[in-house]
Amino acid sequence: MAIVVDRRIGFLDRLYLPGILRGMWVTLKHLFRRKVTLRYPEQRWKFPEGFRGVPALVKDQEGRTKCVACYLCQFVCPPKAITIEAGEMSNVVEKYPEKFDINMLRCIYCGLCEEVCPEQAIFLSKDYEVAGSTRTELIFDKERLLAIGGMREDPIMKWAHK
Amino acid sequence: MGPQMSPTGIIGPPLKSESERKLQDALKASDEGIFVTRLNDVVAWARKNSLWPMPLGTACCAIELMATAGPRYDIARFGAERLSFSPRQADLMIVAGTITKKMAPALRMIYDQMPEPKWVIAMGACASSGGMFRSYSTVQGIDQIVPVDVYISGCPPRPEALLYGLLLIQEKLQRGGATRKG
Repeated sequence: MAIVVDRRIGFLDRLYLPGILRGMWVTLKHLFRRKVTLRYPEQRWKFPEGFRGVPALVKDQEGRTKCVACYLCQFVCPPKAITIEAGEMSNVVEKYPEKFDINMLRCIYCGLCEEVCPEQAIFLSKDYEVAGSTRTELIFDKERLLAIGGMREDPIMKWAHK
Repeated sequence: MGPQMSPTGIIGPPLKSESERKLQDALKASDEGIFVTRLNDVVAWARKNSLWPMPLGTACCAIELMATAGPRYDIARFGAERLSFSPRQADLMIVAGTITKKMAPALRMIYDQMPEPKWVIAMGACASSGGMFRSYSTVQGIDQIVPVDVYISGCPPRPEALLYGLLLIQEKLQRGGATRKG
């Protein structure tokens, strides 16, 4: 059975003032709390260890580009972003990449190229700010990729023992 | 540096910065006078700091766009306070996601409904170049349909990368003045 209760609301409640003030108090509390905003250009997030950023080619401590143009990364790349042209060298390492382009607008940052490389020549760095005004600007050639990758110490140096 | 004489004979305050020097060089090249060029700069500054984006989000990049609009990577700090879903009230179109050939006429219609001046950001691999999907049904880059100002690489791009692209648009706006280049 329904019970009807006669509720008389006061004058102030009829003006909606208590309700409005309670809502404003909730909003005001947020002004004094710690903000969660990461202020982007000045503050950067510390990326975890396995973060996959821009792919980059590396040189070993003797300054040799480690890539031997085996085409494995071009073969495994899902969107076929990598284009390689091999060149011939006359020492024990017979091949080197004459042309190594990664089309950053196709790259999906999956890391398969890093995983498949037998020479540990391509790594995914922690860069992520890649943007430009034209499509050709965003095709990274060998020089640019080497500049991003820099030098990585190679403890094994397998070609020295061949 | 002391007070500088401009070609129009106005003695201005000492040159403080690179942009002031560029302004003087521009004045030597044009005969617009200081007032109109300054007005262009002010209008460009106002426009760049209040770009209202129209998020044309179709796929995963739209999730990162939503994250950018969230409290952690606040896009409202850069002036993009109101993400309008009506193209008639927006000046920046952010295409976030894969555009298929079925969606392409709709994309063009929405772009045409935006009033001038307008800018377009192609966010992510799929919008910029077709990305992973080299298929018969995916448009290989929205620049086949609409003119694009900034391409952002990533799958999906981090929210910070989208903000970086937005900063590039702002720079482009400031350089180009109040009217879009064409």
